[in-house]
Amino acid sequence: MGERSVLLEGLRAYRLIAGMWVRSSMTYRTSFVVTVFGNLMVTGLDFVGILLMFSQVDSLGGWTLPEIAFLYGLSVTAFGIADLVLGSMDVLGARMRDGSFDILLVRPAPVLAQVGADRFALRRLGRITQGAVVLAWALASVDVDWSAPKALLVPVMVVSGAAIFSAVFVAGAAFQIFAQDAAEVQNAFTYGGTTLLQYPPTVFGKDLVRGVTFMLPLAFVNWVPAAYVLGRPYPIELPPWTAFASPLVAVACCALAGVAWRVGLRSYRSTGS
Amino acid sequence: MGSGRLYAAVAAGGFRRYATYKAATVAGVFTNTVFGLILVYTYLALWEERPHLGGYDQAQAVTYVWLGQCLYATLAIQGGGAEKDLMERIRTGEIAVDLYRPADLQLWWLAGDVGRALFQMLGRGVVPFAFGAVFFPMALPTSVTPWAAFVVTLLLATVVSFAIRYLAALSVFWLMDGMGVNQVLMITGVFFSGMVLPLNAFPGVFGDIVRVLPWAAQIQMPADVLMGETDPLRAFVFQAAWAVALLAAGRLLQSAATRRVVVQGG
Repeated sequence: MGERSVLLEGLRAYRLIAGMWVRSSMTYRTSFVVTVFGNLMVTGLDFVGILLMFSQVDSLGGWTLPEIAFLYGLSVTAFGIADLVLGSMDVLGARMRDGSFDILLVRPAPVLAQVGADRFALRRLGRITQGAVVLAWALASVDVDWSAPKALLVPVMVVSGAAIFSAVFVAGAAFQIFAQDAAEVQNAFTYGGTTLLQYPPTVFGKDLVRGVTFMLPLAFVNWVPAAYVLGRPYPIELPPWTAFASPLVAVACCALAGVAWRVGLRSYRSTGS
Repeated sequence: MGSGRLYAAVAAGGFRRYATYKAATVAGVFTNTVFGLILVYTYLALWEERPHLGGYDQAQAVTYVWLGQCLYATLAIQGGGAEKDLMERIRTGEIAVDLYRPADLQLWWLAGDVGRALFQMLGRGVVPFAFGAVFFPMALPTSVTPWAAFVVTLLLATVVSFAIRYLAALSVFWLMDGMGVNQVLMITGVFFSGMVLPLNAFPGVFGDIVRVLPWAAQIQMPADVLMGETDPLRAFVFQAAWAVALLAAGRLLQSAATRRVVVQGG
């Protein structure tokens, strides 16, 4: 099989498995509506926290509320999409411990698609909705001299950001194959990452900003391109073209995560029970 | 076996059970440290803008952050302690076995949860707190008395936290499914315990209200006692009053539930 047909095969398997889970969750419609609403509330708490802070101050790290809402909306929407597509990855460790991971390996469908679609939960739309609402409010109230490149950058950020977060999910899953009981390390990078990006880079120490820009390039989800859109200087020196580099960074992250996933799969040893 | 020794054994069981997951504990330490770092920087920016917000100086705000990370798993702020197993046992009907035990249901689960809390604090809480103390200026007392008072508030905070979650778990007798209740526990726990922002810094009437709710007994009170921001006796009374009220409510609900208990499964 060529690379292309593997990809198509994976997408088909993903669609089928995800569809099954969606149908199953729709069996109890009221329960579904309640969990979507609950999800919206849980994720919205972060923003309520930011609003509480702004009830006491006018700016944080030199950024105003609409500007931080812009960062927040971008981070949460991008993360929400990655979470919807691959959010079940963190049960991988549990699947390896109880031996059910072995079943996925012998099925005639790409393992990544099977793990990603496992327990596919449409209720995660709650997070995307909440992020999108804050983003829409931010776009309406932020003080920006809009130009074509700036306007175009907004959807590009959401899509690239979702791809970067997806890469983090896949890399985290590969890590779980080595450290079987450590799903929380993945949470530190996924949930921790999106929380970090909800605040302006000026708030954090230079070393942390450097790490998130060059080592684990989460800054390209929103910080770097958003600084350009808002006309704010980035706390560390970067060439101007990097404001448009998010898609490139996303592709590179996905490629690296793919390699990590393959290495992980190849080194997998079943628990044997 | 005396009943004191029985509950001590249950507590030891709770401790050992969580001590089994070593990699998960290390991973939890890592996660709490990362979140602590993110919060510390945002709080420093916030206190830069508004010095003495909520009556804290910067060192106190930093101390508050790392204490929160230390107590997050200890007090099961977003749920995930004994109530999780209790809900599952009610849902599957296994609770019937527990009701036949010659032990008090509430005390039995409290003992197990205290054991769990003790392990989570030693295994998962102390390291992020020490990390914070090493790398950031914190406001910690140098005499023994505030530390001793702090230990008492921690114990009372554990009981209040359990009492809230026990009530939530009992609701499964009527609801049959804990999913919605768990979400409510998570939202209220994170928000009203002051994980998002110290309750001292909540504005206006809203602030006055959140500071008298039982969740204030969990992080805000221990933090204020440790940093000498409140009279320890006042804190003890506040926490103990909520503990007694909530445990009593739990007993009432428990007897109502067991009178109508329908064992599921077969």
